[in-house]
Amino acid sequence: MPKQTFILNGKPVTVNVKDDVRVLWVLRDLLGVTGPKYGCGINVCKACTSHINGKAFNPCSVRVGDLGRRDEVTTIEGLPDTVGEDLHPMQEAWIDRDVPQCGYCQPGQIMAAVALVKKVRREGREISESDLDTIRNICRCGTYTRIREAVVQGARGMA
Amino acid sequence: MTAPDASTSHATTADTGPPGGVRRRSFLGYVIGGTTLVAAADLTMARPARAAVPSLPQVPELYDLEDLQTDAALPTSQLITIEINDDGTASFALPRMEVGQGITTSTAMIIAEELDLPVEKVRVTLAPARPELVFNQLTGGSNSTVSTYTPIRVASAIARGALLDAAARQLGYAVERLRTKDGVVIGPAGETLGYGELARLAASPVTEVVDVLLKDPEEFTRIGKPRNRDDARLAVTGQKDFTLDLEVKGALPTMLCRAPTLNGTPKRLRNKKKILSMSGVKQVAVVDTGVAVRAKTFGQCIDAIRAMDVEWNGGPVDGESDQTILARLKKAELPLAVPEVPLLAKTVEERFEFMFRSSAALEPNCAIADVREDSAEIWSGLKVPILAQQNIAQALGMSQDQVKVNVVTGGGSFGHKLFSDAAIEAAKVSQAMGKPVKLMWHRADEPRQGRLHPMVTSRIRATVLAGQVLSFEQRNTSVVTDFSHGLGEIITSTIDEAPTEVGRMVGGLGFSQTIFTLTQELGYNFGVVTQLLNETDDRFNTGSMRNIYSPDTRVAAELVVDRLADEVGLDPLEFRLRHAKSDKVRKALEKVAEEGDWGRRMPQGMAQGIAIHQEYKGATACLVEIDVRPETVNRKIRNAVTGPRVTRATFAVDAGLVINPRGLQAQMMGGFADGLALTLTSSVHLRDGHFLEASWDNYYYTRQWNIPPRFDCFVLPSEDRLPGGAGEAGVAASAASVACAYARATGTMPTRFPINHGKVTFTPKSFVPSVPKSPTNGLKFTY
Repeated sequence: MPKQTFILNGKPVTVNVKDDVRVLWVLRDLLGVTGPKYGCGINVCKACTSHINGKAFNPCSVRVGDLGRRDEVTTIEGLPDTVGEDLHPMQEAWIDRDVPQCGYCQPGQIMAAVALVKKVRREGREISESDLDTIRNICRCGTYTRIREAVVQGARGMA
Repeated sequence: MTAPDASTSHATTADTGPPGGVRRRSFLGYVIGGTTLVAAADLTMARPARAAVPSLPQVPELYDLEDLQTDAALPTSQLITIEINDDGTASFALPRMEVGQGITTSTAMIIAEELDLPVEKVRVTLAPARPELVFNQLTGGSNSTVSTYTPIRVASAIARGALLDAAARQLGYAVERLRTKDGVVIGPAGETLGYGELARLAASPVTEVVDVLLKDPEEFTRIGKPRNRDDARLAVTGQKDFTLDLEVKGALPTMLCRAPTLNGTPKRLRNKKKILSMSGVKQVAVVDTGVAVRAKTFGQCIDAIRAMDVEWNGGPVDGESDQTILARLKKAELPLAVPEVPLLAKTVEERFEFMFRSSAALEPNCAIADVREDSAEIWSGLKVPILAQQNIAQALGMSQDQVKVNVVTGGGSFGHKLFSDAAIEAAKVSQAMGKPVKLMWHRADEPRQGRLHPMVTSRIRATVLAGQVLSFEQRNTSVVTDFSHGLGEIITSTIDEAPTEVGRMVGGLGFSQTIFTLTQELGYNFGVVTQLLNETDDRFNTGSMRNIYSPDTRVAAELVVDRLADEVGLDPLEFRLRHAKSDKVRKALEKVAEEGDWGRRMPQGMAQGIAIHQEYKGATACLVEIDVRPETVNRKIRNAVTGPRVTRATFAVDAGLVINPRGLQAQMMGGFADGLALTLTSSVHLRDGHFLEASWDNYYYTRQWNIPPRFDCFVLPSEDRLPGGAGEAGVAASAASVACAYARATGTMPTRFPINHGKVTFTPKSFVPSVPKSPTNGLKFTY
């Protein structure tokens, strides 16, 4: 069985599993990291959204063998550490706006929001209504309005 | 303490008279014998007084689903208990299920209010299946707070009283000289004793009956104040555990290969050897719902399912399609009565069709089962855990007490979790394999084999003469709704307790018709009003999707209300205000009209729509603005179904006494997103005996690109002193206002919902294999 090594939430991890197992199952079923959720397995619901090297990606659609030993995977569990706080400003905004209902999609929503804010800033802008319209993450409880408010508020807290 | 009145058999004992005109009842409860303070109340005591209504009321005005569920418990229900812990916290196991609707938060607020304890010191967990509660452990019909509010307050008040008594003994004062504040008893000289210190001292060696007065609502300091959810931090840090996140020893990932047609069954797995040799695969087993595989990871289960060669039996709807089912419904439609109205009266008649919709939550159907030789333990999100326990015991050939059922917080329900499909399946698979399993449905299985909102037609005939509406008849015909989750049993056992006139009105109806009759209130003075349901075809996997009959019934009704307004030459708002039956509805209409700028000028291709709903002892109104201009309808977002855009929504709700306004607003916001999807985008297509949709890229639930950039929800002050239902109250008026706005913006009244059902805009995923391949190109879409 091949050894798969990558960096997870700041620490190198090694797992014995075949190359073609998707990263989501390596995280959830083998490493017990359950923040990223399963909602479709085909990269459409975005409930598993996490970061790879600081950018949003969906581990349900990436083979573990495609990760290199220097690739840094960050899940919701590792997000606060990226800013050296107990909570990332986006998580603070989520709590302040009382966004979650069932909460199942929210780890993915927050990871997507952080990446989106960084992306528009790389493009030299702040987040706009049409940027918010492009967020693909499904919330079946329909918390979309509060998500929009929280993304804008969380962005203000991001350095 | 006053002795209980021996002549009363139930909880309520005496009126304490009307000081300042306000009558307060005292209630009986218990201090349970033990070593720490446990206070209890009977869950059945909530029985709100019913007001008389002057003329020709529809059934729900006299006695609605809320009353029925509240009364259901009367002969059978047992105690709920609140325990005071040494650390000064209070614990309560709620015999209901949290699925996102916020009842653990609001319940903690109720306890904190009556106990005088900071809300964060109240720990609310979910009770496992308690068979002795019989019908009183069902989460549905927006009834949780309605039915638990008073008993929980009584138990809390008794606990506070016992703590005060203990403090009085300890400090040597009369109880009247003590007060409580935020979990501390304070004496006249400023002495303090924390609830934690008093917990054991307040315990009683034997169970005692105690009577208690509840706090005057005027004095509430916690109930009615907006409060954030108790589990928000857990949710946003990924620490909130759902069923699939639990670690149960040996419970490996397990999934099923399902039939290519609806409810088809497996004959045999032809390539078992090959499947067992696949990487990570441990066991396979054929059960009645498909072929199960247990593996090291879910990914390896998916690979195994895709490799399975299974011989199938056909399903009960093989060869059927939307058109054949619609034809069957049409055949079952009852003729509309010819109303006895003057010859010159004008008749308005319309017929509407509502397609099948999936009630799936984002968390797929899932359960953990550990079935042994002589016992079984189950973990799952279950709204009717007692029935799940019975069904599982039956499926396993065990007695009910051999099956332990743990209730786990659910990742959404929307009616889906009324059924224990995944839990029963997991138990069967675990038994067949002789191993613990963590069973999950693939997303593709949810719209194809999971629970659906039934297909419905709705016909309306109304008559108008000289500006007056003389009659309004509505006849719904529906594919059968499955009520086997227990609500049906509640009705049969309870209907005799309803006021006699209600018994006469609904006597002889089936479960579905009874629920329909108990929930539908048109809310308008339109002369002779009747709303009835007829059902046909029980071959589908259906269920009470959030707000079950109301969205369709309301969409049809409000579209016709707009037509009637036009007929008599009145503005839609003015027409509704003139005919609204209740002040609650009128106030809700006035609020959204004012806040949402009703009647403001809009460009060609944009319009407003307004609608009401009356249910769960409350009233709602919704005003939306929609944009159907081509540049909006055809806006491009990658792989997105865009279409008409609601650009603004204004919502008002009177939900009776509100525990947590912030939670109530959240429920209305979610209900709005559901209503929007029901009217514009979300449905499943039946073709050749199976449903085409297989994931969220086919099933168009509301997304960010559909949601209005502006949504405002106003919680109206209510004159009611008891809470109404909230979890489902947001859907119907939302769906109807969007439909009305769409009709006004396009100039054409839509008659089939959702409006985009007509064309299938995707390539259906394969039926064999039954699940799609997991993509490998995820790194191409990073951002």
